[in-house]
Amino acid sequence: MAKINKTYLLMIIPALVVFFSFHTLPLLQGIFYSLTDYRGYGTWDFVGFKNYFNVFQDGRALNAYGFTFKFAIVSTIIVNIISILIAMGLNAKIKFRKSLRAIYFLPYILSLLIIGYIFKFMFTHLLPQLGRTLDWDFLSTNILGNPDLAWVGVVIVAVWQAAAFNTLLYLAGLATVDEQIYEAANIDGAGSWTKFWKITFPMIAPFFTINMVVAMKNFLMVFDQIVALTNGGPGHVTESISLLIFSSGFGGEFAYQSANAVIFFIVVVAISIFQLRLLERREEQ
Amino acid sequence: MNKRVNWKITTLLIAGSIFILFPLYLTIVVAFKSPAEMSENVLALPKSWSLDNFLEAIKVTDFFGALGNSIFVTFFTVVLTLIVHSMIAYAIARNLHKKRFKLLYYYIISAMFVPFPVIMLPVVKEASFIGLDNLVGLVLLNLVMQLALNVFIYVGYIKAIPVELEEAAIIDGASTWQVFWKVAFPLMTPIHATVAILTALFAWNDFMLPLVLLSDSSMYTLPLIQHAFQGEFSTNYNLAFASYLMAMLPMIIIYVFAQKWIIGGVMRGSGK
Repeated sequence: MAKINKTYLLMIIPALVVFFSFHTLPLLQGIFYSLTDYRGYGTWDFVGFKNYFNVFQDGRALNAYGFTFKFAIVSTIIVNIISILIAMGLNAKIKFRKSLRAIYFLPYILSLLIIGYIFKFMFTHLLPQLGRTLDWDFLSTNILGNPDLAWVGVVIVAVWQAAAFNTLLYLAGLATVDEQIYEAANIDGAGSWTKFWKITFPMIAPFFTINMVVAMKNFLMVFDQIVALTNGGPGHVTESISLLIFSSGFGGEFAYQSANAVIFFIVVVAISIFQLRLLERREEQ
Repeated sequence: MNKRVNWKITTLLIAGSIFILFPLYLTIVVAFKSPAEMSENVLALPKSWSLDNFLEAIKVTDFFGALGNSIFVTFFTVVLTLIVHSMIAYAIARNLHKKRFKLLYYYIISAMFVPFPVIMLPVVKEASFIGLDNLVGLVLLNLVMQLALNVFIYVGYIKAIPVELEEAAIIDGASTWQVFWKVAFPLMTPIHATVAILTALFAWNDFMLPLVLLSDSSMYTLPLIQHAFQGEFSTNYNLAFASYLMAMLPMIIIYVFAQKWIIGGVMRGSGK
């Protein structure tokens, strides 16, 4: 014990106490309350795992999980495809490279909530107008008001914003690829498609892994976009897990939504670990 | 290898950038128009660039109050992050061979797997119970929520800094405390920049944490006043867009001047 320098302890301990009090302790409290019938105020009793059983039978909660997964999987796939394409374009021998990079990264610095409001205006007013002018039926109404299509609007906004950061990650990956490998491949007469799958993609595989895991985790937490675009509607079709925990948790369902939060936590950790395992194994091949 | 400019890809990228620039163009033209002009053609440039919407928006949203709150929160979050997080990361990185510190490191970075909504209900209850449901509490919680990621980024960087300089300073009689401030802290400048950029973007744009924490509307940050505004004046788009534009403008201006830095900083952080 005497070997540990006192200064190091002084550097760590105060911040650690704060971190424990405002991160670990709330996590433990959440788990504790999830076993009670606490409403956020007043008295409470232990109810065991009743809240957990109820979450699994709750149509609204199941719907939130269904929507969140559908949204997160679709967005993760689209955002990764778009980001790889943009990153490869920005990495090519192009004119105005710096300006184009600056433009494509711009969405990352903007507030998701405000972007959401701007897109809401486009979905509600601009696109229906365009649809009516062109006589395209599917565009002539507000998709955010359509229970079958509202989630598409959320995907569009989420992808628009997230592509910026993911593109940058792929650019960092592409910078590590040595040009000479391509020259060798050219001599061997490899086509662009072969070059992409045999050289580029394997070389940026670690960045692909990071992007898939980070994008999925962020999309599972979707909140700002939904508050701005649909507020969970129409009905509850675009209600994400985060939004449900927020609106019902502070609305008297403290213990019940705590159980939901614990389930959500386990789901996020499980998915992240599963993805890492799967993608790392792929990388090794 | 082909050294000529690839015009096909250049053209495609320029065409693609319309998807990014169009919503911003829309925001600008709507913000300067009058409601009457909107009904003619939404996309056309305004006939006269009137500032009326902006003046009105400043009044109804208390824009400068919110701007001040956002600057307060972002500034103190960034400054304290650089001091506190780099200090913790330094102490951990220089002792990583010891089991306790290694455990501590994993304990802190495992928080990256905890989505904020999971701890949201108890943490807000706790914060308001001890009177931290205000801007000071927001800064404190920002520090807590960003700790895992920042320690991860810092430790990765500090491990790569050779210890020789620090050992030389110790031989010259410097204490650990002095070594940190005089030798290690300045050596971390590139990663300070990265952490500062990532933290500033988070603190400036964050919506969820202020939404659940701040009870008094006089403490609202910029994203929060847009949210409150939407509830009250949802039909006056010109006013709303003027307000959105003003809220985004500080970041856009900084970005225009420092984009090389910002992009480089974020890339450095993501390479870890």
